[in-house]
Amino acid sequence: MNSAYIVGVGNTAFGRHEGRGALDLMAEAASLALQEADLDQQQIDGLLCGYATTLPHLMLSTLFCERFGLRPVYAHSVQLGGATGAAMLMLAADLVRSGRCENILIVAGENRASGQSRDSSIQTLAQVGDPDYEVPNGASVPAYYALLASRYMHETGTTEADLAEFAVLMRAHAAKHPDAHLRTLISLDDVLASKPIASPLKLLDCCPISDGAIALIVSRNKSGSSGIVIRGAGQAHLHQHLSALKSVLECGAGLSSRRALKEAGLAIEDIDYIGIYDSFTITLIMLLEEIGFAPRGGAAQRVRNGDFYRDGSLPLNTHGGLLSFGHCGVAGGMSHAVEAVRQLSQRAEHRQVKNACHALVHADGGVMSSHVSLILSRDN
Amino acid sequence: MLSPSPSPSQNQVSALASPFIAGVAQGILRYQFCLDCGASQSLARYACHQCRSSRLEWRDARGLGTVFALTEITRAPSDSFRALVPYTLLLVTLDEGARLMAHGRAPLKIGDRVVARFFVHDDQPLIIFHALAE
Repeated sequence: MNSAYIVGVGNTAFGRHEGRGALDLMAEAASLALQEADLDQQQIDGLLCGYATTLPHLMLSTLFCERFGLRPVYAHSVQLGGATGAAMLMLAADLVRSGRCENILIVAGENRASGQSRDSSIQTLAQVGDPDYEVPNGASVPAYYALLASRYMHETGTTEADLAEFAVLMRAHAAKHPDAHLRTLISLDDVLASKPIASPLKLLDCCPISDGAIALIVSRNKSGSSGIVIRGAGQAHLHQHLSALKSVLECGAGLSSRRALKEAGLAIEDIDYIGIYDSFTITLIMLLEEIGFAPRGGAAQRVRNGDFYRDGSLPLNTHGGLLSFGHCGVAGGMSHAVEAVRQLSQRAEHRQVKNACHALVHADGGVMSSHVSLILSRDN
Repeated sequence: MLSPSPSPSQNQVSALASPFIAGVAQGILRYQFCLDCGASQSLARYACHQCRSSRLEWRDARGLGTVFALTEITRAPSDSFRALVPYTLLLVTLDEGARLMAHGRAPLKIGDRVVARFFVHDDQPLIIFHALAE
């Protein structure tokens, strides 16, 4: 079987880009990825894009192709909430391995922070809830995750101070990334004293709403020395709505990651860098523990041990994650993969970790509803 | 049992939940029951979550349940709900087995036994669980 390589990545800064629309941001990230891959528009024969809540177009992929000068043989958008980016990488790998495409550009971005009011953004996102049973209650995405958190804490003994450890960790990482949205260091006390949103979640347990874009290029051929191979991928979809979730201990992340590891022919112990979706601090804890990177109720202890810091035994989201690098929808969920590629290819500059060979990237969409795991490896 | 409204309202994604919606408006809590395997289930679906049978029936719940998850909302998503802040949202596991998102009357905690009551907020009939008196 052919291999699929990530040969270029690009990102805009995350934060506020007043006056710039989704396409402007997507084009900037796409140009940077092309430059890094040393490819031009004519060599891109596949285009996968996400969606933009600020530009709800029926054919975003074709629209982007027209504006950006692409005439691919294959193009469409993908919608899977926060798992969209990882799902596009999984699909792109299959498309190049099957021979359908040579070079696929994956791109997403939007002006989610500056292009709409905060209420409008929160109400749009709340629609991942059930329109008859959940949304009418005055529920929102933070409310759904707060409900999850209350139950998970009840079952595992996880505390609010445990949640706060991850907010502090992500901010410490973001402080070292020039493109991160939130870079001012915070303390555990800052997190615990931040404004209540939906108990037990406080403002600093929640990711910000950002503007930004990300692009990656997946190719059949390794280009130069920068090729990172997509070695395995897996998905799991057990529910859409929180009301249909059977157990907070089995959301689908375990199933999805085991499928990806099996395809890669690797064990969890082989993984030495992780990029894990972190829309809220509780998201990160639940995913780390269900995948098996920490015992139940034990993820925060690994932060306290220093394991997840840049110089620890299992560096996590060294760009700062959604919690601090920022969250602009689909692109937010792609930033973890971009950072994994930079770490594996030794291009993370002063954030560089030692000897990363195999990364596991995991994303969830909805309310821990859709799970996609990827194994990215250095191609030796 | 009164016959449920046959047509979906403007906001509904399907007609499937009509018996539930009509029930809440009348102060009745309804859930789907599988005639093949006897499972009850949350939400409105075309197939049983356990055996995939499509032989589903709407039944009236007694309105008793146990708090599964709980949050107090301080940051409401809209002006309409800002008027209620702070309010408590729950996931309740009904004694019949189905799980449901609803309001709760504080103080409540996970594991508490509760009983369903009904209220209307901005023309929207909603469910609110109260602690069950021992």
